[in-house]
Amino acid sequence: MVHALSLGLAMATLWLLLSGLFDPLLLTLGVLSVIVVVAVALRMDVIDHEGHPIHLTVRGLTYWPWLLWEIVKANVDVAKVILARDLPIEPTEICVKAGQADELGHTIYANSITLTPGTVSLDVEDGLITVHALTQQAAADLSTGEMDRRVTELVDGRKAISRGLP
Amino acid sequence: MDLVLDVLSWALILNGAVFAIIGGIGMLRLPDMFARMHGAGIIDTMGMISIFLGLALQAGFTMVTVKLVMIVLMVLYTGPTATHALARAALHAGVLPLLSERRAAPDTTDTDATDTREDA
Amino acid sequence: MYAAAAAAVLIVMLMALIRALRGPTVFDRILAVNSFGTLTVVLIAVYGFLTDRPDFLDIALVYALINFIGTIAVTKYVQFANGDEPPVEHGEDV
Repeated sequence: MVHALSLGLAMATLWLLLSGLFDPLLLTLGVLSVIVVVAVALRMDVIDHEGHPIHLTVRGLTYWPWLLWEIVKANVDVAKVILARDLPIEPTEICVKAGQADELGHTIYANSITLTPGTVSLDVEDGLITVHALTQQAAADLSTGEMDRRVTELVDGRKAISRGLP
Repeated sequence: MDLVLDVLSWALILNGAVFAIIGGIGMLRLPDMFARMHGAGIIDTMGMISIFLGLALQAGFTMVTVKLVMIVLMVLYTGPTATHALARAALHAGVLPLLSERRAAPDTTDTDATDTREDA
Repeated sequence: MYAAAAAAVLIVMLMALIRALRGPTVFDRILAVNSFGTLTVVLIAVYGFLTDRPDFLDIALVYALINFIGTIAVTKYVQFANGDEPPVEHGEDV
């Protein structure tokens, strides 16, 4: 129920931001649209902690800046590789373990890997992510598990780390 | 203060344009489809984010900035999904990545270092 | 300066178009078209600033959405176009 409410609230905000008009007709149409969409989503049973992960909002505030900085660093690395005269690529396929407890965590981890240039997740199965890396360096950086630890912290909280997950 | 913001936003837009061009060069230079994904990744992340950040600095605290942030977030959320779907479709169709080394996966045995089949 | 950014984006679009034309596999073309779509979003936004019409950002937003859905649709179409059955064990995957 909390998720349905937050979905409705998010969509109402979106409607107001995008329209920017407050005459009664448009407001009525907006309220109707939000109600219909939430009803359909409820009927489809897609409103849960996976489809609408509001419990990650606060911890996401520290994860997003870290991920953006990682993206910047990876971009510079890949740009250097592309611009080098002899194109020093060493395409590598590695398997990394996703230490998160559920599929939401695996999805966030795999998407973070793909979002970072130099690594693309090819396949996710049973907590094992197959990754295509452009250089050995990118593969080695991923293998350190720093991103895995951060995502685990994001979805499962700090306690999961101290329990000794990889 | 205005001048500082102007210079910063122009620098960001220029940076984004340069990275987008680098990504384009990567899409042309890199040898196979899986490697080209990394070039496309540069365009989708650094090129797009940097240009939009520069535009947001030009717009200031207005509705325009809200919309710019919305577009950036949308591309950041949908981009990896599209790339992943494409990679899976390519693998499913039998396009294998050109590899310099295939490290043994923990649960598979079909490791082949000279696997360079490229046609679908 | 906006014009310079637009020109750079156009150059990259040309590069993506060359890749889309050269292939060699259909997935290269899809990748190039996906990048082309992202660049179109950027170009629409920059053009909105260039002509001082911020309404263009709404179009950019919608284009980003259409680009994503289009890529997913074409990917799905190509994936099972050769008469292959969709793999049962991966039926729920994208």
